[in-house]
Amino acid sequence: MRDLIERLTQRYSLGAPTFQRPVLTFVDLTVNEQLRAILLELRDREGFTHLTLLTAVDWLEEGRFQLTYMLNNRTANQTLALRVYLDRAVAVGETIHDIWPTAETYQRELREMFGIDFPGSPRVDDEFMLEGWTDLPPYRRDFDTLAYSQQTYRDRPGRATTDPRAHMKQKLYPQG
Amino acid sequence: MFSFNPDRSQYPATGPDGKLEVDLETGKFLKLWHGPNHPGITGNMSLEIIVNGDEVVEARTRVGYLHRGFEKLMERRTFIQVFPIVCRVCVPEPDFNEYCYAAAVEELAGIEVPEAANWIRTLILEMGRFNSYMMAMGGIGGALGMGVPGQWMTYVRDLMLDRFEELTGARIYHMFILPGGVRGHLPEGFGERMEETLQTAEKYIADLDRLMFTNAVFKKRTQGIGVIDPALFEPYGVTGPNARAGGVAKDVRKDAPYLVYDQLTFDVAVEQESDIYARARVRFRDLHATIDLIRQILRDMPKDGPVMTSLPNVLHWKIPRGETYIKGEASRGEYGYYLVTDGSGYPRRINVRGPSYTHAMALLEHLIPGTNIADIAALMVSLHTYPPEIER
Repeated sequence: MRDLIERLTQRYSLGAPTFQRPVLTFVDLTVNEQLRAILLELRDREGFTHLTLLTAVDWLEEGRFQLTYMLNNRTANQTLALRVYLDRAVAVGETIHDIWPTAETYQRELREMFGIDFPGSPRVDDEFMLEGWTDLPPYRRDFDTLAYSQQTYRDRPGRATTDPRAHMKQKLYPQG
Repeated sequence: MFSFNPDRSQYPATGPDGKLEVDLETGKFLKLWHGPNHPGITGNMSLEIIVNGDEVVEARTRVGYLHRGFEKLMERRTFIQVFPIVCRVCVPEPDFNEYCYAAAVEELAGIEVPEAANWIRTLILEMGRFNSYMMAMGGIGGALGMGVPGQWMTYVRDLMLDRFEELTGARIYHMFILPGGVRGHLPEGFGERMEETLQTAEKYIADLDRLMFTNAVFKKRTQGIGVIDPALFEPYGVTGPNARAGGVAKDVRKDAPYLVYDQLTFDVAVEQESDIYARARVRFRDLHATIDLIRQILRDMPKDGPVMTSLPNVLHWKIPRGETYIKGEASRGEYGYYLVTDGSGYPRRINVRGPSYTHAMALLEHLIPGTNIADIAALMVSLHTYPPEIER
């Protein structure tokens, strides 16, 4: 794997790799425009033909999204995860559905759940699992699930709640 | 051999790109919903199909009926609080979630798991695989109108659920594999009772072979239908039995052995035709391998020794920043957990890679056009998809 990273570093802007396990490596791609070229090279020349997953991580404090393209070479039993960073305010990625048709599904999910757009990806704006969603994309870190449910749903009437400590105290020691 | 020759004389002309212009107003096409509650659908998922006569010309998978936002829920829980949630991601085979999550946390936190725990984990995963194949066998029969295999397999699965119950205390969600090891040793006499269950299972499986795989109707309705071209395996991310039915011996247990699979002997079942029959056959053969593996594990596993390491105080457990991906071979293909930690007491991101995510979405939509409406249920069940792992 170290040889491969060295070879790639000569032509692409890669960050320092993390060798998580002998068979699993993470590396940053610092120039987003090189994504398509490096993915094609990995797929066609280096045997990384299987797109294991494509997902995003929201680094809210750093103001950016991390996209992880995880590729697997079954013959060599190696997994390489390329990390690409997107500005959180812009959040537009490059579509790879023509390299792996299955990426279409991942990109639809990222569009819906993180609000990351992939222009040109088929049906990217179609609803995937949320119906009629108008709020902030729910997997973003600044989406507050508690506030959302309090605003959207109302408490059912008739359900009495008591503070357990006060309730037990009252029950066990009614005289105080 | 049965072949489907649709009558296209009533079709409107194709558009400039060679594709049919589906206009529902012409009355030549009909839009139907197959699911979300349909006997031929595995779980709550629907197919929006457009038919012309009995030929399906377009299909769209619609999911979302089971979305519970697990990945978001997990981000707001401590590492130990996540553990009882993960198994609920996949109902029929929940143990892979437990294993992948536990292994990912152990790797990032630098926890060593005792040897005996690894053997028990492998045993549980194989028992889960057995159950999942039972549902697959019953399902493919049911999709083609054969109710009896479903009843038999449900009975046998129930016997295995009894074994799960005595081992873990629960039938469906076991919550037995947790970060650091497993919750306990096998109970007294477990091996003998398991052997009894396996012998009963083998009797029913032999009957299933005679009833289903040699049945002329079953063969006619499955052979040569729903063929996935092996050239599509990599572009569409096809793994597991669906790939093995097309001559590609993809199996994470062999390709990247985990737990104790490197100490066990088993063959990867491979078929060549890549049709519905081949996929059912691969599962059937793999089921035998699973039964054999359960026997091997019970014979070779260490009978004592610790099964759990001591964890740090789980209420204040912080894991340093890092990320990892753990995968295993579930009964449907590659199952994986991508875990990202940020140094806090909560996971930053957990992504579940379920095999159905690729099989039931892009691949199924690609396979369906051109098939007969009656074959959709069998085609879908033959891909062995479980919708909860698509939408988590």
